[in-house]
Amino acid sequence: MSTSSASSTADPSRVDDTGMAVELRGITKRFPGVVANKDVNIAVRRGRVHAIVGENGAGKSTLMNTLYGMQRPDEGTIMIEGKEVAFHSPSDAIAAGIGMVHQHFMLADNLTVLENVVLGSEPSRGGFLDFGRARSRIQEISDTYGLDVRPDVRVEDLGVGDRQRVEILKVLYRGARILILDEPTAVLVPQEVEELFDNLRELTGEGLTVLFISHKLDEVLSVADEITVIRRGTTVDTVLPADVTARQLAQLMVGSELPTPETRESTVTDTVELTVEGFTMHNLEGRAVLDDVSFDIRRGQVLGIAGVEGNGQAELVEAIMGMRALSSGTLRLADRDLSSWRTRERREAGIAYIPEDRHRHGMLLDAPLWENRVLGHQTQPPNVKGPWIDKAGARRDTQRIIEQYDVRTPGVDVLASSLSGGNQQKLIVGREMSGEPRVLIASHPTRGVDVGAQAAIWEHIRQARRDGLAVLLISADLDELIGLSDSIKVILRGRFVADVDPSDVTPEQLGSAMTGAGEKA
Amino acid sequence: MSPRVDLRRLVLAIGAPVLAIIFASLVTALVLVAAGDPVWSTVTTLWDYGSQPRTIALTLNQGTTYYLSALAVAIGFRMNLFNIGVDGQYRAAAFAAAAIGGAVSLPKPLHLLLIVAVAVAVGAMWASIAAVLKVTRGVSEVISTIMLNAIATALIAYLLRKVKVDVAGSNNIGTKPLPESGHFPGIPLIPGSTLDVYGFLVVAVLAGIAYSVLLGRTRFGFDLRATGRSQSAAVASGVDVKRMVIVSMLLSGAIAGLVGMPQLLGSSYSYSLDFPAGLGFTGIAIALVGRNNAVGMVFAALLFSFLDVSSVILDINDISKEIVLIMQGTIVLSVVVVYELVRRYGIAAEQRRVSRELTRTPASEPEGARA
Repeated sequence: MSTSSASSTADPSRVDDTGMAVELRGITKRFPGVVANKDVNIAVRRGRVHAIVGENGAGKSTLMNTLYGMQRPDEGTIMIEGKEVAFHSPSDAIAAGIGMVHQHFMLADNLTVLENVVLGSEPSRGGFLDFGRARSRIQEISDTYGLDVRPDVRVEDLGVGDRQRVEILKVLYRGARILILDEPTAVLVPQEVEELFDNLRELTGEGLTVLFISHKLDEVLSVADEITVIRRGTTVDTVLPADVTARQLAQLMVGSELPTPETRESTVTDTVELTVEGFTMHNLEGRAVLDDVSFDIRRGQVLGIAGVEGNGQAELVEAIMGMRALSSGTLRLADRDLSSWRTRERREAGIAYIPEDRHRHGMLLDAPLWENRVLGHQTQPPNVKGPWIDKAGARRDTQRIIEQYDVRTPGVDVLASSLSGGNQQKLIVGREMSGEPRVLIASHPTRGVDVGAQAAIWEHIRQARRDGLAVLLISADLDELIGLSDSIKVILRGRFVADVDPSDVTPEQLGSAMTGAGEKA
Repeated sequence: MSPRVDLRRLVLAIGAPVLAIIFASLVTALVLVAAGDPVWSTVTTLWDYGSQPRTIALTLNQGTTYYLSALAVAIGFRMNLFNIGVDGQYRAAAFAAAAIGGAVSLPKPLHLLLIVAVAVAVGAMWASIAAVLKVTRGVSEVISTIMLNAIATALIAYLLRKVKVDVAGSNNIGTKPLPESGHFPGIPLIPGSTLDVYGFLVVAVLAGIAYSVLLGRTRFGFDLRATGRSQSAAVASGVDVKRMVIVSMLLSGAIAGLVGMPQLLGSSYSYSLDFPAGLGFTGIAIALVGRNNAVGMVFAALLFSFLDVSSVILDINDISKEIVLIMQGTIVLSVVVVYELVRRYGIAAEQRRVSRELTRTPASEPEGARA
């Protein structure tokens, strides 16, 4: 990494204004009940890879959406190439030379690379499509930046890394000089990550600027020229990778006030509560997204699953809940075979579920809180009496959850959409811990909640574990995973690749195990 | 604070349709002015004729039919299922009920029961075709029900020729008229009117109550509404969505089967070529205007039926009665727009209120971010 030889942290205010591709000054963005970005200051030099790191929910996405014109900031200014701009829509941002490569690819599988790239800005001559000119431009861009993209291949025949290069090329084709990459490595395997980093160096070598959003510290340290850390919505520091270790960077990301989720004493018993045996699932293309996954969880045990997002965690969870069909595999609760049971029967048997995506799977946003208390427990007291909904009972119990889990709301009748994400999450956790579940399937249980609430949720899970709850924990927050779990399994491309003892591992070691790189201290 | 919240919601709930109707009235007035017709006298003519006892009875009768149709549509709407096929379902049901009812002879209550049961069963069966296609093959119910409407038209015409009886003194053909035991007695509800109100009005009221209780108070209704609000969340909560599609489509079709009954059992007593068609589409408009709410749809059904029934007088006064179609159309359009605006306003207002009330409590502080 060849950066200027600055020896201490690079304070953005100290850097002079020449050569700045992007400058954000005092950006503040509020959502109802929440400040998503507060006084954000970032200066990005032209021709550099500038990383923006922060935990999930720290406000990175909001900030990038602001820069890409999808949201307007409530306060602050955006300067592009030294000129102040006000974006009303992404097309304004594109016109200003900003391009966004989304985490999830937006390509039409049945079209060729060429067709995908020109889609939306098709070149024409006399009313006819002029693919020849487009093809030569694509070839030219591909050669200039070493992207190695062949224009006439169908996208469905490409691998993930190739598709990502097509996305990058698409953005370059539209004239972007500043590229925003949102968690670009989340879907890549390690070799592809290396290739991507080589591409990014080529891009910056040709004078383009890259904004690299990530929460993976080792990657950021290896590719970025400068790193800005965001914590709880605001920029806390900008540093050079040469000056910091991954540990220091993690410290900056989480702040010193972070309570540790350490589990004090082991409560693991000998009784096996949940057995997953030979879970195998294929996607539509016939690739195995889960490949012979097996494990036991005992009463009082928290089993953590570590893995880069998209390696089969979502499929595993939804298969346990009966929401997706397996190709083969058995699920047992104590000694009962649940494999052919429906989702509702599994829930009634005592499997509680904190979903990864609370808006898609956890809530009815335009329903009042008490109806959200009923959701998922439509057949269980205190919500129902026979075939009838027990409104009074459900409302009383919602009030109990609000008090026990500190859900900040004026009452049980407000719509779920009026609560902040963190308060919605607290309601979901409270709901799922109701009725003494035997097994808890928790996907990112503290995603998007503030530090205090996070500690409270951890304490609730610990308490239930002491009382014999078996927990499957999936989390991107490695501290949470290490601190809460009694044992950890690492999942990669749908298979368990390693067992890790949480009492004897650092987040950094776990992080590299997740990418399949093996142990490196 | 709970009563205040409810009051606020009530004002929005009533204010929105009133606003839409006022807007539609203005548009209609503009059309009248543009066509050179007197606005005020059109209104008074409509009102004078519409408030006569006989017209009121007619309005209630027509409204009964409209209301049942709206209920059938609304059940689907509540779970985001667009049953455009109520039209075909009620015609197929009424035809089958008329044909079977005319062919048998039974004591009165049994005969009526049989006719209604046939109608309900045939309506549900016709709807089930679309439901099965949707859950097994993923066919959009919008497309399949529209096509089933056309198939129903052709099928009824074909079968009608097989069972036809000529209607005396015309080219019309129909099913064999129901014997006296198949007549649903009318109610002399409106003083001063020689015309009885359909006895089936009572059934419509009961159906409305059942709809309201089923959706609002039962587990089944909760599952149905949850599926309508978010299918993914419903699945995660343990709702079997395929089963819900089948059951709610069957229910919708069953109620659609009732739509032709007031007419069949109360006045025409047979299914002939001039049996009213298109009621299913009126039902869609009424369900939209009445917001799928059991009480709201009563008002919407009565409004539409008042306009339809009273408009007859306009032609006599040399004003084209199609003006009420313009008004009805404008009501539906403005209602859709206004409801969406009010819905968004309501959500935003509540979010603001919640954050205001929370920032007032000293303990709370904004969270760092949202996911």
